[in-house]
Amino acid sequence: MQAVMEAIIYVADDPVKLEQLREVFPEESPQAIQQALEGLVESFNARSGGMLIREVAGGWRMTTRPEHHEQIRVYLKTRPSAKLSMAALETLAVIAYKQPVTLAEILAIRGKKSSTALQTLLERKMVAILGRKQVVGRPILYGTSKEFLIHFGLNNLSDLPTLEEFAQMAGEQL
Amino acid sequence: MESGDIPNSDFQPSSEDAGITIRLEAFEGPLDLLLHLIKKEEIDICNIPIARITEQYLDYLQIMKDLNINLAGEWLMMAATLIYIKSRMLVPQEPALEAAGEESQDPRNELVYQLLEHQKFKNAAEMLYTREEVENAVWNKPPSEVLEEGADVVAVTLFDLLRAFHEVVKRFEEQRVLEVAHEEVTIEQKIADVRKLLLVHDTVLFSTFFAEARSKRHLIVIFLALLELVRLHEIWLYQKKAFDEIHISKVKESD
Repeated sequence: MQAVMEAIIYVADDPVKLEQLREVFPEESPQAIQQALEGLVESFNARSGGMLIREVAGGWRMTTRPEHHEQIRVYLKTRPSAKLSMAALETLAVIAYKQPVTLAEILAIRGKKSSTALQTLLERKMVAILGRKQVVGRPILYGTSKEFLIHFGLNNLSDLPTLEEFAQMAGEQL
Repeated sequence: MESGDIPNSDFQPSSEDAGITIRLEAFEGPLDLLLHLIKKEEIDICNIPIARITEQYLDYLQIMKDLNINLAGEWLMMAATLIYIKSRMLVPQEPALEAAGEESQDPRNELVYQLLEHQKFKNAAEMLYTREEVENAVWNKPPSEVLEEGADVVAVTLFDLLRAFHEVVKRFEEQRVLEVAHEEVTIEQKIADVRKLLLVHDTVLFSTFFAEARSKRHLIVIFLALLELVRLHEIWLYQKKAFDEIHISKVKESD
């Protein structure tokens, strides 16, 4: 079962979820699947090869090891890909912690217009429209997407440090 | 100008570029400037010398004006807020309030709260920055381009594209819409339009992009915008079979 799982994680485009593995192994109990998966991840990562199986966005995906990035870039002849600007990251941080959140609420926290940054985040699919707030003007509510989790290597939102940690840090900085 | 006059961006993780961009990036908004001033002067946030900070803030505003930087409204709003707080600090507490035992609030409180809140999210943004760094050092298999089942697609050649464009122009000429006023459309605008459209739709027909065009010039601008997006690998063009309608899809982002 583990060998098949490894192969599935290799061919998958998106992180493979436990439910998807259950479809593949209908006779196996969920616990047995989970155990097999955990065993696979552990032994796969323990062999310190070039690849890793990581838990991202609620599933498992195979990636290269970060420490090899320089040599891989030499081979691929690529440069680090376009990163998000600080403005976009700040806007994203506000959205991640305050979601669902409106543009006006983002403005209040950042003290500046954030529509350009938000546009970038929408284009890069880091942010999704969650609906509309039931207040006057029915402003759009924004939240983070699965792409966001994948982009930042998060399994779910609770992987993020709490806001209190940043508040404490801010208190020490100022 | 002395370089010392210019705020440096040492608290910004990215500062590769020298010159004006740094200043703009460092002081992304008025709150960033205030935080910078507070850190530089080692000011206690709970007791901000508002007169001094206001003066420095206005100095920076002047520098930015001298540099012809277009200041957004929020910069002036903050200036007004600072001056308001400063004036409130000068006014003695109302005796009536004092007699009632009520202590009037420190006019700086709200600003302090805003600054702490902003710093908090700046820290969160830096955490995201670090995470992004790590993720950028990692590759996974690029997603295989799986289209709907059984959908064989044919790559579009330059000739297909020119033929399709020719048809669009021909159709346009047959309709002969009256050209009313000179319309300014830029390629950049059109690129933005296409991107927006593809946010909502996965696939769009080549011809639909031209439906709204009012002039031949407009048609050409749209065409060039599409070509540019192909060159940037943002979109790709395909046909279900040779000489069929051309479809436009967004290129799936491979991390």
